[in-house]
Amino acid sequence: MAHGHKSNEKVVFVGDSRVKKGAGVQVPPDYTSYPGKSEAFIPNFLLKEWMVGCVVLVGFLVWTIAEPAPLGYPADPTNASFIPMPDWYFLFLYQFLKYPYVSQEYIVLGTMGIPAVLFGGLLLAPFLDTGKERRFYRRPIASSLMFLSLIAVVYLTVISWDHYTHQLEITNTIPEHHVREEKAREAAEKGQEPPSTVKKPAAAVAIVDAKDPAMDIIKQAQCIGCHAADLKGQGSFPALTGVGDKYSKEELVDIVTNGKSGGMPEFGTKLSADEIDQLATWLAKQKAPAK
Amino acid sequence: MFKNVYNWIDERLDITPLWRDVADHEVPEHVNPAHHFSAFVYCFGGLTFFITVIQILSGMFLTMYYVPDILNAYASVDYLNHKVAFGGIVRGMHHFGASLVIVMMFLHTLRVFFTGSYKAPREMNWVVGMLIFFIMLGLGFTGYLLPWDNKAYFATKVGVQIAESVPYIGPYIAQFLYGGDIVGAQTLTRFFAIHVFFLPGALIAMLAAHFLMIRKQGISGPL
Repeated sequence: MAHGHKSNEKVVFVGDSRVKKGAGVQVPPDYTSYPGKSEAFIPNFLLKEWMVGCVVLVGFLVWTIAEPAPLGYPADPTNASFIPMPDWYFLFLYQFLKYPYVSQEYIVLGTMGIPAVLFGGLLLAPFLDTGKERRFYRRPIASSLMFLSLIAVVYLTVISWDHYTHQLEITNTIPEHHVREEKAREAAEKGQEPPSTVKKPAAAVAIVDAKDPAMDIIKQAQCIGCHAADLKGQGSFPALTGVGDKYSKEELVDIVTNGKSGGMPEFGTKLSADEIDQLATWLAKQKAPAK
Repeated sequence: MFKNVYNWIDERLDITPLWRDVADHEVPEHVNPAHHFSAFVYCFGGLTFFITVIQILSGMFLTMYYVPDILNAYASVDYLNHKVAFGGIVRGMHHFGASLVIVMMFLHTLRVFFTGSYKAPREMNWVVGMLIFFIMLGLGFTGYLLPWDNKAYFATKVGVQIAESVPYIGPYIAQFLYGGDIVGAQTLTRFFAIHVFFLPGALIAMLAAHFLMIRKQGISGPL
């Protein structure tokens, strides 16, 4: 294909395509400077490449079928117990920033100083290592620096993963995507649909009597800090709209005064009994409109 | 038939030299694993490109279902992963392909480094290659947020906080990435835009420059 001599073609090439026939002095193309058994890229070499590519692709597909891509539970900004973990190829940097002298007051050194020197050195390697020698064992400085960095990166990655698994152990946590997968598997064994992890938007319940002075107490006592400015709740904090359907006035007085397990603090010391009474009366009125 | 169509176009546009410059070259013996098996180290660059093509194609299919907003992002990924026919495979390819690209690129970089192939006259190609490396890391970082699960959310939060600690420009970087003061609705749309438009655009430009320089300079000689 590449070397045919069809007379009906407008431009005839010889050997390397950049050298046109009769174009004056024929400069030897770069590949002839490496004598040996060279091979035409198209079609000979490309065909072999594609065959290897097919094998790689099939292997890759098998992998993706055997190991589904992980997915945890929907992001919940109020989840304080989640152990953050970057993708594995950032782990070495993540771990590096945990050491003294590159964190806390030295953080500039950790985020800018040392990475800038290392990545800058890598970026500008050809201008730092300007010798003609190409064999790595004849370039001791460049090679040993690279070997050192490689060992450091591998070490930091392994240590970081170690820390993570250790943290999982002491906090007795199973990563979310494993929990989720396990639950889906159990459901599938029972022949059920996997449990839905997608939150359904709560039916909107309007605030009843929003002009009541109790609304000022709500703002002053910082209820809205957790229950959101529109009182519709956020994350694991429940909505206050419609709370009158769940609790009576007496129960609400108790919850506001003494708090409730699961995050609700006690306000008995911060608010007067009068204010709590006023608040609970108003909260008890927060009911969904009758249908 | 095809030949005539080709010749008709070629007469008008002279397209033959265009593709011949790219396609028509010889593969020297020292990089051909058929002759020296150890030459397989020269395949990592090609494999990186192969996986990159897979990433681009699978990513294009993912955007058919993915919705970049905080209410629907997770639900759309969940639907794609579990309900759409072959959706799990496409997402799996994109998810694991991201790791594979990094691995292949890493090996390719090491090959170029240890064979000293970055030396004159190929300095510029090395620099462009390193820029591709950084773009790929950026793609990995921005892509991690998109499924909008807890892992994505908190890793991004930590990542941007680290960027924020850079003196002087740190707060601006954080502001730019967050699109506000927290990881939220703006952050997700920004990361989506960066992941799907900005970085791939830059990546394709850099890859074009990378390949153009290889063709212009030829592969480095045997050691």
